[in-house]
Amino acid sequence: MYDLMIIGGGPAGLAASVYAARKQLKTLLVSGDIGGQINTTWGIENYLGYQFIEGPELINKFQAQVGQFPIDQKIGDKVRQLKKTSGGFEAITEASDKYQSKTAIIATGKIPRKLNVPGETELTGRGVTYCAICDGPIFAGQKVAVVGGGNSALEAVLDMVKIAEHVNLVSLTPLTGDRVLSNQLKDAKNLTVFLEHETREIKGQGLVDGIRIRDAKSGEEKELEVGGVFIEIGLVPNSDAVKELVQLNQWGEVTVTPRNETSVPGLYAAGDVTDVPEKQILVAAGEGAKAALQAHRYLQRLVK
Amino acid sequence: MADKKVIVYSTPTCPYCKRVKDYLTQKGVSFSDYNVAEDREKAKEMIDKSKQMGVPVIVVDNDVVVGFNQAKLDSLLA
Ligand SMILES: Cc1cc2nc3c(=O)[nH]c(=O)nc-3n(C[C@H](O)[C@H](O)[C@H](O)COP(=O)(O)OP(=O)(O)OC[C@H]3O[C@@H](n4cnc5c(N)ncnc54)[C@H](O)[C@@H]3O)c2cc1C
Repeated sequence: MYDLMIIGGGPAGLAASVYAARKQLKTLLVSGDIGGQINTTWGIENYLGYQFIEGPELINKFQAQVGQFPIDQKIGDKVRQLKKTSGGFEAITEASDKYQSKTAIIATGKIPRKLNVPGETELTGRGVTYCAICDGPIFAGQKVAVVGGGNSALEAVLDMVKIAEHVNLVSLTPLTGDRVLSNQLKDAKNLTVFLEHETREIKGQGLVDGIRIRDAKSGEEKELEVGGVFIEIGLVPNSDAVKELVQLNQWGEVTVTPRNETSVPGLYAAGDVTDVPEKQILVAAGEGAKAALQAHRYLQRLVK
Repeated sequence: MADKKVIVYSTPTCPYCKRVKDYLTQKGVSFSDYNVAEDREKAKEMIDKSKQMGVPVIVVDNDVVVGFNQAKLDSLLA
């Protein structure tokens, strides 16, 4: 039985790990990976102490710091469901392992939103990608589609027009990204923009060979021949494992008090998975620290 | 560990790729690194071996790992 189980190894969960270890709590960190969303970021210019640091470098530093402490780490597995037990909590993982703890912190962050259209799941990694900066260069010389209309979609388009044969930007809404980015699109000759078009299906046997889109106004459907589809339509909170246990808001975020308490005593949450107003590395780390200190206080009250 | 042949297929812009390479270096594992953004031959080889198009792909002898899966890499390199 652990004192504290930290679920999620992004900045929130890693900061919580450091604080828990320094309070000498018997701690387990279980996470799909180390670093979370920072794994998809190159330049970070707003994490205090570094005027500029690359995402992987910052994660290496976090990991080295956490590694100094004697906490148990299960990295590469995910919690499928977290349940309340008489003595605290039990997590069941995707690998069907079970872990028990007196308190827990949910720090599972956010993941890219899916389109939820036919072909998407089957073709993920086979032409469908959610990390344009990672996989973009593989599609050099090909025709591609970027789905979305915000900043991350526009950035993906700006990268891809330099190397792809042709780029199709498909957005369900008018563009919502910053004007500085959308202005740069005007010069691109190998770009076609489909505004107010819905992406209906991703096609291909084995690898992507096209998408089907629909004009939201006229209802007219079109097929575009593409080898790559970059989905950049925002993020959703990773709260599935706790959705039956704690209160979530309308967007699926875990609602927390200023003390990181959830609707269940002894269960705390921190970072992007919560309804904390700003989603930033520095904020997530601070929230993780707060949650661990609250869990420590709760454990002290238990022994009294 | 010394006898295992390790190959990394990566792109220069992919943060996960850098983390994989840092991790292997830190473990003292030597590996060949192919930049599939420039080397089309190797990109094709990567897609053939992994049956997918995402980076990084790590090949340890005959085992193929897609993405930075630390637990899997540890067990293959053990
Ligand atoms: C492209 C991009 C660029 C960004 N740039 C910046 C920037 O420059 N500056 C800045 O401050 N912020 C930036 N952010 C935001 C920042 O990355 C996030 O606010 C921060 O990572 C949130 O941290 P977190 O720990 O709450 O969650 P995450 O980073 O999302 O980490 C969640 C962790 O939980 C794990 N996990 C998920 N579900 C489970 C489960 N069921 N069981 C176990 N583990 C699980 C994941 O594997 C992951 O390790 C950027 C985000 C993106 C996507």
